[in-house]
Amino acid sequence: MKGLKEVISEHAFFADLPDGDRAIIAGCAQMASYKAGEFLFQSGREAEHFFLLRHGKIALELQAPGQEPYRFETVGEGEVIGWSWLFEPHKWQFDARAIDDTSVVKFDGKCLRGKCDNDPRLGYDIMKRFARVLVQRYADTRLQLIDVYGKQGG
Amino acid sequence: MLPEAWIVRENLRETEDVVTLVLEPGGSAAPTAFAPGQFNMLYAFGAGEVPISMSGDPGDPTKLVHTIRDVGPVTAALCRLQPGELVGVRGPFGSHWPVADQQGRDIVIAAGGIGLAPLRPVVHHVLRHRGDYDDVVLLYGARRPSELLFTGEFESWRQSDIQVVVTVDHAPADWTEHVGVVTTLIRHGKFETEQASAFLCGPEVMMRFTAAELESKGVSPDKTWISMERNMKCAVGFCGHCQLGTEFICMDGPVFTWPRMRNLITVREL
Repeated sequence: MKGLKEVISEHAFFADLPDGDRAIIAGCAQMASYKAGEFLFQSGREAEHFFLLRHGKIALELQAPGQEPYRFETVGEGEVIGWSWLFEPHKWQFDARAIDDTSVVKFDGKCLRGKCDNDPRLGYDIMKRFARVLVQRYADTRLQLIDVYGKQGG
Repeated sequence: MLPEAWIVRENLRETEDVVTLVLEPGGSAAPTAFAPGQFNMLYAFGAGEVPISMSGDPGDPTKLVHTIRDVGPVTAALCRLQPGELVGVRGPFGSHWPVADQQGRDIVIAAGGIGLAPLRPVVHHVLRHRGDYDDVVLLYGARRPSELLFTGEFESWRQSDIQVVVTVDHAPADWTEHVGVVTTLIRHGKFETEQASAFLCGPEVMMRFTAAELESKGVSPDKTWISMERNMKCAVGFCGHCQLGTEFICMDGPVFTWPRMRNLITVREL
């Protein structure tokens, strides 16, 4: 069975993190798994974690009273989910629900924030990694919004 | 070049606004070989003529298969054709996907919406010659699940060792595949970027971003092809309707290497 540090090193999000830093963040991590249909987090609740997906698929959803959940994005193997732990007020804005049986590395955000505050170099590294993900998701959302598959005349 | 009469044998409803016509030769028309990516001019009598890509098996030239989206008067007339009715056919025209030249390489097929239709002949070719290629992955995106084409064939493609990865922009809660733009699928397909050849078809914006994403992952631009669509009339390079810069889409294309198109498709005036 693989240890946490090895699992973290194999994940694309932290693959190039220096060994020392990996050991530091591993202290805030644990393995976790979710059955299909189970929530990883729900909107409005305390955002205390983020997740590296190892296997399975997670849907991000927006709830509206009296309506089916609006599923706007899925996140899969090798990706990261959750950044509300980084920013105040540390509340989830959306729901995350496992579509398949899913295994993750679950990080304690409060623990990691403390380590980043104590070591700004590590904090900057972590912030850059999340910024890259945010920029990519932002670009993806723009494409989704422009409805590229709409009809053209002919 | 005069159209020849072909007979509609089947009209298959794919989605709310897309049908597939299966045509057989009628009168003097004869079966014609075609290459993946080529197109015919289809003439709906009394309505007009439009370019439509082949969506059938290039290994079976006895029939023509065209998948048509109802986007205007001519395509609407074609979509209404019933078995036994006639359609005028000129072709085949244009360049083709060079899939036969990619032996030993990984194949990435990225399609958006109706763009899977011109790429299905590539899938058929791969199915007939599966041993010639290493990993093969189809990345397919559409607006919503009900707008996905050829879903009934996905399982058999998967059984032939083709990875079929599907995404939609909008999905109901019971959808278990991906949600998001097709570019996000690139990280879910398993292939070696350095030895991949990529074939892209869909809206130009989708192809631009997909080609850029593939390049950023290490796929050579020279090994990336896209299929262009413009207002074609004559299909033989005379009328100039489909001219894009120095290229005639009907004759020089519709399939181009990505470097030939990457600068042209971002020019506002074109």
